[in-house]
Amino acid sequence: MSKSVGKSVTRVDAYEKATGRAKYMDDLCGREALIAKICHSTIAHGFVKSVDTAAAEAVPGVVKVLTCFDAPDIEFPTAGHPWSTDPHHQDVADRKLLNQHVRYYGDEVAVVIAGDEVAAAQAVRAIRVEYEELPFVLDVQEAMKDGAPQIQERCQNNILAHSDVRRGDYEAARQEPGLIRVEGWYDTPTVQHCHIENHGCFAYEEAGRMVVVSSTQIPHIVRRVVGQALGLPWGKVRIIKPYIGGGFGNKQDALYEPLCAWCCAQVGGRLVKLECSREETFVSNRVRHAIRTHIISYVRPDGTLAARKLEAFSNQGAYASHGHGIVAKGMNAFPQLYPCPNVECDSWTVYTNRPSAGAMRGYGIPQAMFAGESHIDDICQALHMSPLEFRRKNLMPMGYVDGFSKNELYSDTFHQCMDKALEMLDYRKKFEEYQNQDGPVRRGVGLAVFWYNTAVWPISLESSSCRMVLNQDGSLQFQTGETEIGQGCDTAYSQMVADAVGVPLGDVHVVSTQDTDVTPFGTGAYASRQTYIGGFSIMQTALALRERILAVAHEQTRMPVSNLDLVDGQIVRKSDGRILKSLGDLATESLYSLEHSQHITAETTAQIKSNAYSFGCSFAEVEVDIPMCKVNLLRLVNVHDCGTLINPALAEAQVHGGMSMAIGYGLSEELKFDEKTGKPLNNNLLDYKLSTFMDHPALEVGFVENPEPTSPYGTKALGEPPACSGAPAIRNAILNATGVAIDSCPITPHVLYRKFKEAGLIND
Amino acid sequence: MYDMKALYQAKSVKDAVALRLAHPGAQVIAGGSDVLVQMREGKRAGAELISIQALDEIRGVSLDTDGTLRIGSMTSFSHITRDPLIQTYINVLGEAVDQVGGPQIRNIGTIGGNTCNGVTSADSASTLHAWDAVVELTGPGGVRRQSIQEFYIKAGKVDLREGEIQTAILISKESYENCFGHYIKYAMRNAMDIATLGTSVNVRLSADKKTVERARVAFGVAGPVPLRAGTAERLAAGQPVSLELAEQFAQTVKEDINPRDSWRAAKDFRLHIAVESAKRAFIESVRLAGGVL
Repeated sequence: MSKSVGKSVTRVDAYEKATGRAKYMDDLCGREALIAKICHSTIAHGFVKSVDTAAAEAVPGVVKVLTCFDAPDIEFPTAGHPWSTDPHHQDVADRKLLNQHVRYYGDEVAVVIAGDEVAAAQAVRAIRVEYEELPFVLDVQEAMKDGAPQIQERCQNNILAHSDVRRGDYEAARQEPGLIRVEGWYDTPTVQHCHIENHGCFAYEEAGRMVVVSSTQIPHIVRRVVGQALGLPWGKVRIIKPYIGGGFGNKQDALYEPLCAWCCAQVGGRLVKLECSREETFVSNRVRHAIRTHIISYVRPDGTLAARKLEAFSNQGAYASHGHGIVAKGMNAFPQLYPCPNVECDSWTVYTNRPSAGAMRGYGIPQAMFAGESHIDDICQALHMSPLEFRRKNLMPMGYVDGFSKNELYSDTFHQCMDKALEMLDYRKKFEEYQNQDGPVRRGVGLAVFWYNTAVWPISLESSSCRMVLNQDGSLQFQTGETEIGQGCDTAYSQMVADAVGVPLGDVHVVSTQDTDVTPFGTGAYASRQTYIGGFSIMQTALALRERILAVAHEQTRMPVSNLDLVDGQIVRKSDGRILKSLGDLATESLYSLEHSQHITAETTAQIKSNAYSFGCSFAEVEVDIPMCKVNLLRLVNVHDCGTLINPALAEAQVHGGMSMAIGYGLSEELKFDEKTGKPLNNNLLDYKLSTFMDHPALEVGFVENPEPTSPYGTKALGEPPACSGAPAIRNAILNATGVAIDSCPITPHVLYRKFKEAGLIND
Repeated sequence: MYDMKALYQAKSVKDAVALRLAHPGAQVIAGGSDVLVQMREGKRAGAELISIQALDEIRGVSLDTDGTLRIGSMTSFSHITRDPLIQTYINVLGEAVDQVGGPQIRNIGTIGGNTCNGVTSADSASTLHAWDAVVELTGPGGVRRQSIQEFYIKAGKVDLREGEIQTAILISKESYENCFGHYIKYAMRNAMDIATLGTSVNVRLSADKKTVERARVAFGVAGPVPLRAGTAERLAAGQPVSLELAEQFAQTVKEDINPRDSWRAAKDFRLHIAVESAKRAFIESVRLAGGVL
C-alpha cells in the first residue's frame, strides 16, 4: 500500500528554504545579544604564561574578557557519540573551555564578550598573550617517535590508540613461491567540511536553566556535553536545533556550545552569541583525519590474494574528538572488501599539533578507499590485469557475513553496481581506446569501489524514538531525535510516516526543530543512519498510533478492530471496503467526546540491533594535459545500492553532494600548514581550493535497488557513501591515461608536475 | 558589520580629489571587493573610506578623438567583457577580466580598483602591461598620464600621489590596431580563484600573415609586479610565423621573468607553466590574427 515512499515528492522544507523564510540560528537570535569572540593561540604548542586584557577591556562596548586562567578546570569530551555508561568505552575527555596548554595554532586562549561584533573584534586584537613556546610536531609518524613533543600528557608517544586485525598467518603465507609483491604508501590530506553555514550558537538562561540554540547535528548529545563541560546537571541544559546549513560531520561534535553557555553564565545569564568565521571554521572546529597508509599485497599471477598487510597512521591533531573510530573503521573495511585468508592490519591514532580531526562524511572510508583502491590498481599494473576483472575476481562475494557486525551481503551488489556504471560510462570501449597514447593530452578511465555500513551498531548504542500526535482534522505531527541537516530526512520521514500510518503525505507535519525539552531522545544525524534507524521507530510508532486509532474507530463504529483499516486518511471496513468515516471526523469526535475524550498520540523507542552493508562504485573519465599538469574531469559516474529509494530525487541530490566532495578530495582540497610555525596557511575559501561548479562535469548517478531485509523500509546508508570512491576513481583514471601512479591526494598540478618530471613526461 | 571610522561619498572627480586632500589617511573604495575583505580581516579595520562609487563620469568605455580607447576606471569587469569597443579592439582584455572571481565579483569589481591594488595576480594587469596601457590620474594639479609599467612601483604599491584618483585606463590606437591577443589564467580551479600565473600575449602580423611584426608578452605572478618579457618579444619581431618560433619565443621568456617560491607554488613549477602558457598564448594569438602555424 506504499503510496508516498519511492516517489520524488517535493522537499517538505523546499519553499521555506527557497524563499529565505526558514529560520536558522542567526535568524532566531535576539538583536540584543552580546557577541562572544575567541582569541586563538598564535603558536602551535606551548603554555600561556600570561594574558594582558587591559587594552581589550578598555575598548568601548566590551562587557567582559575571560581567559584560560578563568576557565573551570574541567576536561570534557566533545565527540558526537552516544554516551557509554561503561567508563572504558567513554570518549576521551582532553580539552577545557579555554586552554593554558595550547596544542595547535588556533587553540582557544581567551574570549571577549562585547556589545557588538566590531568591539569584540577590536578587543580580541588588543589582547596580549605571553607564551612559553614548546617544540611542535605536525607529521603523524614524527609524532610517534621517542622524544617527539608530548602533546597530551596521558598518551605515551602521542599514541591515542592502536588496534589491529589478524586473519590467518601473514608471515607464513607470504613465503609461498611465485608471489608478486606490491607495496605502496598512500597519503590523504587534512580537509574541512566547508558546510555553507559556519557553526554558531547562542545561549541564555531561563528559569535557572541554560538554553543553547545551536547549529548542530546532535542536540541531545550536545546537551550532555554542555552539562559535562560546565559541571551542570544535564536536566539544567536545554538545546534547540533549528534548520542548519549543513554539517557533514563537523557539527557531529560539541563545538562552541559549551564555551558560549559558559560565557552566558559569566554575564549573569544574558543572551550571548558566538559565531565562527570561515577562517575559524577551517582551523578551530574539526577537520578530516589525514591518514597515511602502508599496504603490502602478495598476489598470485592469476590475480588471487595470498597475504596482505596494512598499517594506517591517523593524524588526530590536538584533541581526541572522535579519535580512533575513524581509522579503525577504515582498517576494518580492509579485510572485508577483498577477503584474503592471511591479513595483518594495524592502525594508530596519533596526537599532533594540528587542528583536531573529527567526524567527516565517510568517517575514515574516503581515506581507506583512496589507499586501498589506488593499491588495487597498482596491483593490476604489476599483474597486467584489467582493474575491472581483478575486482570481479576478488571483491566481497554475495553471501559474505562479517563475524563482528553480523552484516551480510544479501545481494550481488558489487557486480550489479559495476555493470551499471561501466555501461553508463562505456568503460570497456574507452579502456581499450585509451591504451598506448603518446600525445601531450591523454585520456583515461578509472574505477573504484567502496565499502560502507549503516549506523554504528554493534560498536555503539542504536536506538531511535518517535512521537506522533493526531490533530482534530486527521493530520498529524511527528518528531524524532534524528535531525534534518540539509540531507532531506524530514521529507523522507514524512513519506515513511504517511505510508505507515495510512494518511496522505499532505496530512503529515514534521516538527523539524529538535528541542531537548520536548523532542524524544535520539542521538542525531551521523553514520548515514537517519533513514535506516529512523525507519524502525517510525514504523513502530506508526503501528502503535494505528492501533490506538483503530481502537477509537471501534468505539465510534462498533465494528471489531479486526475488520477495520486506516487507508489514505479514511477508516475503512475491510470486509466490504466501505469508508465508515474520515480520520478527521474520528479525531474530532475522539477529542471532544463528552463520554470518552482521548488525545490520540503514540511514542515509542525502537531498539536497533542490526546494521547493513551499503556498497557501490565510481567510474571516472579524465583528460590529462601533461605539459600544463592539469586534469580535466570529463565524467564521473556513481552507482549505489542503498536498498529501496525512499525519494529518488533526494537520493540523487545526496549523491551529487558526495561526488562533489570526492572531486575536491581527489583533485584540489588540502589544508596546509607552515612547517616552521605550524600556522595554517590557507584557512579561507580563496586559498583552500574547494572545487567549484566550473570544476565539475555533469554528475551522473545510478542506483541498484536491492531492498535491505533488516530495514522496515528496505533502506540502507546513502549519506556518506557518495563521498568515498570518487577520489581513487579519478586517481586510477589518471594512471590509465598517463601510466603515472600518484600516491597521494589531492592530485594538484603541483603534484603532477613533480610526478610527470620523475616519469620523464616533462623535461624542463 | 564593518569596522569603519567614516565614509565620505564623492559626488564628482573634483570632489573626490578634494576629499583625498582633506583626508589623506583615507582609503579610496571603488567596487569594494578588495577593501571590504581587508577590513573584515582586520588589515584595514577602523579605516576612513572615500567612495567613488557614484562617479558615472569615469564609468564606461569610449574612443577619444585620436582613436585612443578610454576605459573609465569605475567600469566593472562584466561591463568591460560585454562592451562592443572592447570586443572589437582588445577582446583579450574582456576575456581576461571575465576570469576574475565569480559573477557577483565581476559585477562590482572595477578595472581601476584592480590596478590600484598593485597586485601581480590581477587578471587585468598582465593584459594591460602587454598592450602598453596608459594610466590616467586626476589630482589637484590636473590630469597626468603614466605608463602602466611605471604605475606599478612594487607589490601592493602604485604611483598614486597626494590627492589623486585614477580616472581611466587608455590604450593607444598604435597599440591595438591590427593586434590580436590571448590570455591564459593558470589557476588551481576554474572559477573563484586568483592566478598562479597569468600570461597575456598579443601579436601583429604582416599583411600576408606570414611574419610577426610585433609580439608582446606580459606575465602576472612571475615577479612582484606584472612584467614584460622583452627578450622574447625582440626575438619574435620580424620573424616568420612558425611553430618553432612559438617554441623559441616561449623558452626565451625565462630570460626576463622571476617567479618566486611560495607555499602557493614553487618557482620551477611557475617557470614551467610560464613557458608552456607563453607558447600556447602565442600560437592562439597568431591564429586569431589570421596566421597559420
